[in-house]
Amino acid sequence: MTTQLKTNALSAVAKAQRPTAASRWHTLTPYLFLLPALALFAVYVIAPIFQSIWISFFEWDGIGDKTFIGLGNYAELLEDPQFWTSLWNNVLWLVFFMLAVPIGLGVALFLNQQVLGIRAVKSLFFFPFVISQVIVGVVFSWFYDPSYGLLQRFLGFFGVDPIPILASETLVTYGIIAAGLWPQIAYTMILYLTGLNNLNPDQIEAARMDGAHGWTMLWKVIIPQLRPATFIAMVVTVIGALRSFDLVATMTSGGPWGSSSVLAFFMYEQAIFSYRMGYGAAIATVLFLIMLVYIGFFLWRMLRAERG
Amino acid sequence: MFPTPIQQTSKFTQISYRVALPATIILWLLPLAAVLMTSVRSIADINAGNYWGLPEEWMLVENYTAVFANTNMARYLLNSVIITVPVMIASVALATLAGFSLAKYRFRGRIALFATFIGGNFVPFQILMIPVRDLTIQLGLYDSVWALIIFHTAFQTGFCTLFMRNFIIDLPDELLESCRLEGASEWKIFTRIIVPLVRPALAALAVLIFTFVWNDYFWALVLVQSDEVRPVTAGISALRGQWLASWQLISAGSIVAALPPVILFFAMQKHFIAGLTLGATKG
Repeated sequence: MTTQLKTNALSAVAKAQRPTAASRWHTLTPYLFLLPALALFAVYVIAPIFQSIWISFFEWDGIGDKTFIGLGNYAELLEDPQFWTSLWNNVLWLVFFMLAVPIGLGVALFLNQQVLGIRAVKSLFFFPFVISQVIVGVVFSWFYDPSYGLLQRFLGFFGVDPIPILASETLVTYGIIAAGLWPQIAYTMILYLTGLNNLNPDQIEAARMDGAHGWTMLWKVIIPQLRPATFIAMVVTVIGALRSFDLVATMTSGGPWGSSSVLAFFMYEQAIFSYRMGYGAAIATVLFLIMLVYIGFFLWRMLRAERG
Repeated sequence: MFPTPIQQTSKFTQISYRVALPATIILWLLPLAAVLMTSVRSIADINAGNYWGLPEEWMLVENYTAVFANTNMARYLLNSVIITVPVMIASVALATLAGFSLAKYRFRGRIALFATFIGGNFVPFQILMIPVRDLTIQLGLYDSVWALIIFHTAFQTGFCTLFMRNFIIDLPDELLESCRLEGASEWKIFTRIIVPLVRPALAALAVLIFTFVWNDYFWALVLVQSDEVRPVTAGISALRGQWLASWQLISAGSIVAALPPVILFFAMQKHFIAGLTLGATKG
C-alpha cells in the first residue's frame, strides 16, 4: 500500500516535470520504428484509394486535362449493361466461391487421419494453391477444351455431347468459378486441418461419453470449436471472390461478348484499353465499397478480439 | 481426435478409406496431370486425340528446349527472381520494425494504425491501379523492375506487419524490461533481442511473400510492358498469344513457370503452412 502510494507520488512528480530530451526521444521511438513501413504504405496503398475516388468524378483519358463531371460516371454506370453483367457475375462469384468453405471442411475431415503416407497426400492436396492463377487458368482451359479436354471425355463417356463451357454465355462464369475453387478449396482445407489439430480433446471425449457421435458431434461440438478457422476461411474466400481478375483475364478475357466479365476486369478494360480513367475509377470505387462492407466487419471483429 | 481414428473402425471402413484416399488425390490432380502429359507430346499426337495413352513420340526434351530456345522464357524467369527477392527482403525488414513498434509500445493511434495496415491489405487492386500507375510514370519508373519492386514492397508490408506484430506481441515483455534496466537503447533491444527471436517467423513470412509476388499477374500487366522486365506470369500469357493452339508448348511453358513456387513449397512446407494458418486457431 505504501509503496503503491510512493510510486504514484513519484510518477506524479515525473509528470509535473517538463519532458526532458531523453523522454521526448523515448515517446518518439515507436513512431520512428513505424515510419518507413507507414510512409511507403501510405503513399502506395492508402492515398491511392482516395485519389481513385477523386478521379471517379472526372472524365479523363489518363494523359490530357481532367474534366469535372460530378456523378456523371456513376450515372453512366447505371445505364451500362456491361456494368450490370459484371456486378451480377461478382455476386455469382461471392455465392459460389463460398462453396470452398464447406468443401474445404469436408476434405479436411476426410484427411484428418493418421495413416501411412497421409502427410504426402495432404501436401498433394494443398499444392494447387501455390500455383499462379494464370497457370490454373491454362490448366482449366485445357480441361474444358471442347475438342480434346478431359471434361468432354468424361461427358462423352456418359454419352453427352461436348459442351464448350468457355464459349457459352450462360456457363462460362460457372466454369471459371469452378477453376477458382480448385486452389481455394486447398486453402480452406489447410486452415481447417490446422483447426482440427487444435481441437480440445477433453471436450470431444466428454461429448463421446454423453453419446454424441457423427453429425451431432460435428455440428454441436466440432464446428463451434472451429470458429476461428471458419472465420478466416470466409474472409479469404470473400477477398478471393472479389479479386477474381487473373482467371477471367487468362481464361476468357471477359468473353464471350463480355458475359464472364467481373468488376475487376471491367475496370481494367475501361482504363487500360479504352483510356477511360474516370469511368474505370468509378467502377473501382463500386468494387471498393462492396469490399468495404467486409473489411469493416473483419476489422470490427479483430479489434473486438484485441480488446477482449 | 475427430473424426474417429480409422484404426478404431471396422475392417470394411478401413479398407475403403485406404482405397478412397489415392483415388481422391488422383481425381484432384487430374487436370494438372493432363497438362503434364500434354507437355511431352507432339502436336500430331494431340491432333490425333491421344489424350491418355503413352505419347506416340516422346517430345519431353524437344518441347522444353523449344520453350527456352524460341522464347524469352529464361528472361521472364530471371525477371521474376529480380523482382521477387528484393521485395521479400525489404517488406519483411520494414514489417519487423513496424511490427515491433505496434506490439511492444503503447502510444496514441496504435490501434488505428494497426487497423490501417490490416484494412489496406484487403482492398481490391483496382482501386489502387490508376494512381499507382500514374505515380510510377511520374517517377520515371514505368516499365522497369523498380515499378514492381516498390509497389509490391509497399503492399506486402501491410500483410507482413500484421503477421510480425502478432508474432512479436507473444514474446515476453520481461526480456525487454530487463534490457532497458541495463541501459540498452531501444535500437539495441530491437537488433539484439527482437531480430534473433523473430527468426522462426522470418522463414514463414519469406516463403509466403515469395509465392504471392511470384504469382502476381495484375501488376505485371499494369506497371510493365516490355519483354526485358516482364515477370513470368505476364510472360506466359503473352506466349499463349504467340503459340495459339500449340498446347504442347503452352503446357511445357506453364509447368516451367509454375515450378519455382511449387519447389519452394515442398522444400519449406512446414514454414509455409505455419505462416498461412496464422490466426486459424485463435481470434
